[in-house]
Amino acid sequence: MSERSSKLDPIGLGVRALTRFAGHPLTARLGLHRPASAVIKSGARVGFTAAAGAGRQFKALSQLTRPSRGERPTGSGLFDLTPSDEQQMIVETMEQVAAELLRPNAEQAEADGAPSAELIAQANELGVLQMAIPEGLGGAMAERSPVTGALIAESLAHGDMGLAVSLLATPSVALLLADHGNAAQQDAFLTPMTGEDPPTASFAVTEARALFSPYDLGARVTVRDGALVLDGEKALVVNGGSSDFFVVAARSPEGAPGLYIVERAAVGVTVEAEPAMGLRAAGLSRVRFDHVVLRDDAAFELDAGAYDRIIASSRAAWCALAVGTATAVRDYVIPYANERTAFGEPISHRQSVAFMIANIGIERDGLHLAVLRAASRMEQREDALREVQLARTLAARHAMQIGSDGVQIFGGHGFVKEYPVERWYRDLRATALMEGAVLL
Amino acid sequence: MIHLETPKRLKPLIHQAHEIGAGMFRPISRKYDRLEHTAPVELEMLGSLMDGMNAVGGQGAGAGKLKQDAGGDDAGVRNGANMAAVLGMIELCWGDVGLALSIPRQGLGNAAIAAVANEEQLERFNGRWVAMAITEPHAGSDSAAIRATAERDGDDYVLNGEKIYVTAGERADALVVWASLDRSVGRAAMKAFLVEKDRPGLTLDRLEHKLGIRASDTAAFRLENCRVPAGNLLGSPEIDTSKGFAGVMQTFDNTRPIVAAMAVGLARAAIEETRRILGEAGVKLDYRRPRTHGHAAAARLMECEADYEAARLLTLRAAWMADNGQPNALEASMCKAKAGRTAVDTALACVELCGAAGYGETELVEKWARDAKILDIFEGTQQIQLLIVARRLLGKSSAELK
Repeated sequence: MSERSSKLDPIGLGVRALTRFAGHPLTARLGLHRPASAVIKSGARVGFTAAAGAGRQFKALSQLTRPSRGERPTGSGLFDLTPSDEQQMIVETMEQVAAELLRPNAEQAEADGAPSAELIAQANELGVLQMAIPEGLGGAMAERSPVTGALIAESLAHGDMGLAVSLLATPSVALLLADHGNAAQQDAFLTPMTGEDPPTASFAVTEARALFSPYDLGARVTVRDGALVLDGEKALVVNGGSSDFFVVAARSPEGAPGLYIVERAAVGVTVEAEPAMGLRAAGLSRVRFDHVVLRDDAAFELDAGAYDRIIASSRAAWCALAVGTATAVRDYVIPYANERTAFGEPISHRQSVAFMIANIGIERDGLHLAVLRAASRMEQREDALREVQLARTLAARHAMQIGSDGVQIFGGHGFVKEYPVERWYRDLRATALMEGAVLL
Repeated sequence: MIHLETPKRLKPLIHQAHEIGAGMFRPISRKYDRLEHTAPVELEMLGSLMDGMNAVGGQGAGAGKLKQDAGGDDAGVRNGANMAAVLGMIELCWGDVGLALSIPRQGLGNAAIAAVANEEQLERFNGRWVAMAITEPHAGSDSAAIRATAERDGDDYVLNGEKIYVTAGERADALVVWASLDRSVGRAAMKAFLVEKDRPGLTLDRLEHKLGIRASDTAAFRLENCRVPAGNLLGSPEIDTSKGFAGVMQTFDNTRPIVAAMAVGLARAAIEETRRILGEAGVKLDYRRPRTHGHAAAARLMECEADYEAARLLTLRAAWMADNGQPNALEASMCKAKAGRTAVDTALACVELCGAAGYGETELVEKWARDAKILDIFEGTQQIQLLIVARRLLGKSSAELK
């Protein structure tokens, strides 16, 4: 039962997984014959403090004349829960990534405060990043499907939520650029993601105060001497220490919420580790912006309603992650409750335990369907604010209850770090309060 | 392709059912809540309308036409009779659950016939209003403990026993009576018999006075040497110990999503009305800001709406699976469990949120809170559903997980 007993050398596991994936049909689709990146960034470490001024520079290449965005899939309009063949293939791949790369490495990554460089490289080679970049820009995204995004997030979080968040941070910024970036922004920030040594990025929205909402931003952009200047602070920024650039939600000079690209190397950017209750593998950081002069192409040109949709998409992604972790709890407590005996029989023979597990199954499925509905509405460009808010409400209450019940069923064994259920408890608390970072 | 919206081609049916709920049920909802045991004459026309709806394309908003779809050879996805029935029932019960249960010829007995009758019987019993008679004074959730017996005598079966909680028992034309061919064999000997109301030996004992769904009559019957032709046994007369309870359970797999749909419809009615009443007090739901930032009443209502959404989607999933030939016993119980408790929690929360307007009889909120309770009881209580779900998830038998 213990994770430890099934744990192998993580690199060995990764290699094993890669070998298996080599013959996978998805491998060819994703162009995995490309050489693996030679230079691998080292992950963030708990306790780092970094000052500004050094780091990756982004140049506008001016090759694109118009932005490239993915096409939306279209269907029959019937109620249908059948994934497409491609979705099925992607899910199977991601489930293997989760089982063979994420779950066995979760404990170590949590201790390190970041995934290992090898793990990031392996996940990206299996398409986690390329699937978020339109084919028109050299990526592997044939269709822009938030439903596929939800299935990916669910699958990865079944392995480990912290690692899933960390791995999805850069792809989520890629989606932002694909959906809303102009040609210059895609040129400078998205195109390099298809090459060797892709840049890393993080979508920073959350701020550290009670009753924060993405509609009441403390971070603000002003115009000084003709330039845009950013001031403010973002909390719980995923991969803060290892990101080459950020997309920051801040109040625009006009007073509306806006999104701005900020290079990590810009003067006035300070990153500090901000360890939290859970998601400790995600390199959570506090990022300060002191009079940061932004690039000319920093501001996203958002259509009416686009900010609402982006925030909703991010919240839905957190809900999808919650589904994955709730599924992990469900799958983990069932064999334990059947094997653990008390008073002469398996504890699963007691209704007090069995009903808890029944409810884990029911509420997990309800949340899963609510997330899929929200995602499918986004996919069809229908308003999904209501559906996302409802899914988030379900995640806040029921997914958290599932996390709590997972520990409860294990009793004292659940409270100590012998089993992953205590980590899932800590991770699940994040899902209804985090804003930004991930996107469907 | 994953898509969870209402299919366009069922929109006319949903619209029709909603019009019935809004235009016919709501105006007489309070009237028949007060006039318990009075048959709603307004519904007589409706039965004919529903017959018409059922005849066109084999779809209806009632339970009468349900059958597990075989799936078929064409790989296409179906939104068929089960989906139609569920979506229609949501709208009817948004109007009024008790009245929806009183629509002629749409009884749960009709669903049982659809599930287990052979072609000849389907033809012969077509057009009847059939109520379901399973529960006995000593056997509620434990329907395998049924004591009613059926004995073969020549070309007839002779039935004896007592049946209670027969929904629409007084108004229906016939009952589907569950009785045992051999009580020593247990569940395998349980069979369903169609018993016409005019059969000698069948006596209506009384009508119950209830907490809610008062528009729907709930009858108790006695069967004393009541003879029915052997051809009135639904399904196979063989006692197949390997299949056992299959007949009863097959019926429930089909009808649990329907009862869940009733709960979903009621929950939506309560939520919409509470939103209106709260709106008059200046409380609005904001789907953009975190729910904990707004008014506590709005946050509570949003929790109800979230549970409603989950219950609704779980219900649609179970119906979709049935339409597409996928076994759905687990999912049918999941949706019934979630929808039943959501209807009760939601309606009770709405009474509290609306205060005196919720508790008094001037509005319908208090009535919905009374009606809701039965939805978490009949067609398998909350606890029975959880047992079924738990057994399936854990891989346990009913002997292991009791």
